[in-house]
Amino acid sequence: MGRIQLESVTKSFGDVQVIPPLDLTIEDGEFAVFVGPSGCGKSTLLRLIAGLEETTSGKVMIDGADVTPVSPSKRGLAMVFQTYALYPHMTVRKNIAFPMRMAGLSEVEQEKRIMAAAESLNLTDYLDRKPGQLSGGQRQRVAIGRAIVRDPKAFLFDEPLSNLDAALRVGMRLEITEMHERMKTTMIYVTHDQVEAMTMADKIVVLRAGVIEQVGSPLELYRAPRSLFVAGFIGSPKMNFIEGDEANKRGAKTIGIRPEHIDVVKDGGLWQGKVGVAEHLGSDTFFHIHSTGLTDTLTVRTVGDVALRHGDTIHLNPREDELHRFDDAGLRIA
Amino acid sequence: MAIVAQSSKAGRASRATLAWIVGLLFFFPIFWMVLTSFKTDADAVKPEFLIFFQPTLENYLNMTENYDYWRFARNSVITAVFATIFALAVGIPCAYAMAFNPSRSTKDVLMWMLSTKMLPAAAVLYPMTFLTKSMGLFDTKFLIIVVLMLINLPIVIWMLFTYFKEIPKEIIEAGQMDGVSTWGEIREILIPLAWGGIASTALLCFIFCWNEAYWTVRLTTTDAATLSKLIEGNRAPEGLFFGRLSAVSTAAVGPIVVLGWFCQKQLVQGLTFGAVK
Repeated sequence: MGRIQLESVTKSFGDVQVIPPLDLTIEDGEFAVFVGPSGCGKSTLLRLIAGLEETTSGKVMIDGADVTPVSPSKRGLAMVFQTYALYPHMTVRKNIAFPMRMAGLSEVEQEKRIMAAAESLNLTDYLDRKPGQLSGGQRQRVAIGRAIVRDPKAFLFDEPLSNLDAALRVGMRLEITEMHERMKTTMIYVTHDQVEAMTMADKIVVLRAGVIEQVGSPLELYRAPRSLFVAGFIGSPKMNFIEGDEANKRGAKTIGIRPEHIDVVKDGGLWQGKVGVAEHLGSDTFFHIHSTGLTDTLTVRTVGDVALRHGDTIHLNPREDELHRFDDAGLRIA
Repeated sequence: MAIVAQSSKAGRASRATLAWIVGLLFFFPIFWMVLTSFKTDADAVKPEFLIFFQPTLENYLNMTENYDYWRFARNSVITAVFATIFALAVGIPCAYAMAFNPSRSTKDVLMWMLSTKMLPAAAVLYPMTFLTKSMGLFDTKFLIIVVLMLINLPIVIWMLFTYFKEIPKEIIEAGQMDGVSTWGEIREILIPLAWGGIASTALLCFIFCWNEAYWTVRLTTTDAATLSKLIEGNRAPEGLFFGRLSAVSTAAVGPIVVLGWFCQKQLVQGLTFGAVK
C-alpha cells in the first residue's frame, strides 16, 4: 500500500513561502510525476513527502496515517537521488544491503533480495565493485537497487536521470516504467523534462512557483491544458501562441495551436508565411515560419521530409477543433 | 622560449634556496637543543666547546634516575590521549549537527567557539586555580584531561566541520531514507567517509595537548605533571643547567617529533585542508 495525501501543506524558508497551502492525493500504485521549471518547488514537495524537509504547516499522510512528525527513516519510503548518493566506501553489494541491514533482515534474506535486484538491474557482475568504479548509468541502477530491496510503500525519484547522457536516459526511462508496471508500487518522480513526464506518468502534477497549475493524465494535459503555462510547458515542440485579431476573432485573449495541428498548403490557407529555419529529424521536420500578419514565429511540424526551402512562401491552415482559447488571466476558455 | 625556460629554472633554484634557508632557520634551535643535551652543564656555557666537545649521556641518565622522566611521560601520554578522545567524542556529533542540520545561528556559534580562543589564558588563571583547588581537582589527571579537551575543542570542531561540509548532504539523506538512526549515520556513514579528516584532526589535537604548557604547568604539582612541567622544573633562573634542560626538552619533544614524522602526510592535509579546491 502507498496512498500519499498532502493536506494544506505549506513550506517556508525564513520569510519566503515556497509552497503556499497545497492539497494533493496520490493513489496507491500510481506513477505520479511532478514537473515544472527550476525553482517551482517540485523537489521541495518531494522532500516534504520524504520527511527530509519539515512542513511549515499542514499534514502529510501515508495510507491514512499522519506521518508529519515522523522521521524519514520511519516513513517506509525509498528515495533515488539525482546525484545517486551511494555510499562511496561500500561495495555495490553492501550499498544494496544497507537498508536491509538497518531493518535487521536475516543474512539469507538479504542475499536473496540482493541477487534478485542485481539480476533485474544487470548488476550481478559488479556486486563487489565500489561506486567509484562504475559508470553513471550503473551507479543509478545501484541506487534503484538499494531502493527496491526495501520493499517500500512508495518510491521517490528526485530527477534521477538528469546526470545521464541522452541515450542512457531513454533506456533508464523505459526501465523505470517497466519496473513500475511489474511492481505496481506508488512512485513519485520529479523532473523538469516534460518528455519524461509525458512518457512515464499516470498522473502529471504541473507546478509553478509552489502552486499546482494542473493535475491530470498526460493526454488530459496535452488535450486540455488549463492555463497558458501548462499549454506552453507540456508538448514538444512548444505550443504556438497567437494574440491580436486572430485571437479576438475567436473570443479569446490568446489562442494556442500545437505545431502538429497546423497543415502546410501551397495556397488557399488561413495564414501566409515564409519558411525560416528547418529542423530535420528524419521522421519529422520542424519548420519555423515567419508569418505575415501574426506577431510571432510559428513552429509547424510535418511528418517525414517535406520539400520546403528557406524563404519559400507557404500557407498555413490551423485545425480549428484543435485550437485552444485562453482568457485575459491566461486560463482556458471551455 | 629559451629565456623563459632559463629564468624559470633560476626562479626554481632561488625558491629552493630560500626554502632551505627558512627550513634551516626553523631547524637550528632544535638542532642546538639536541646538541647541547649531550654536553655537561659546565661545557654547555663554555664558548670553546661550542661545536667540538666530549659528548656525554650524563644528562639523560640523570633525568631518568633523579627526575622520574617516565612518570611525566606517562602523564603526558594519558592526558593527551584521553583529551583527544573526549574532544573527538564531543566534536564529531557537534560538527555533524552543524554541518548537516545548520540553523541560522550556526555561523555565530562557530564564531563564538573560536572567540573563546581569543581570551587571554592569564585572565582566568586565578579563578581556575581557586576553583580547581576548592573542588579538589587541582593536580589531577582528570582536570588536565578536561582542560586540554576544552581548550582544543574549538579547533577540533572547526576542523571537523570543514571536513564534514565536503561530504555531499545527499549521502547523509540517503542514510536517513534507508532507515538509519542518527548514531547509525555517524557510525556507518560519516566516520568512514571522513576518516582521513578525523585522523588529521586527532593528530593535531594530540600534538596541541602534548605541547600545552600554560595550564599543565600551573594546575599541577606532582601527580598529574606532564613533560611540560618537567621542562619547567629544570629551568634555573641563573641559566646554569643548560645541558640538563636541553636533555629534558629533547626527551619531551622527541616522541611528538617522531609521531609527526610518521604522520606527515596526514598533518599537511589537515593543516592545508580547504585552502585549495
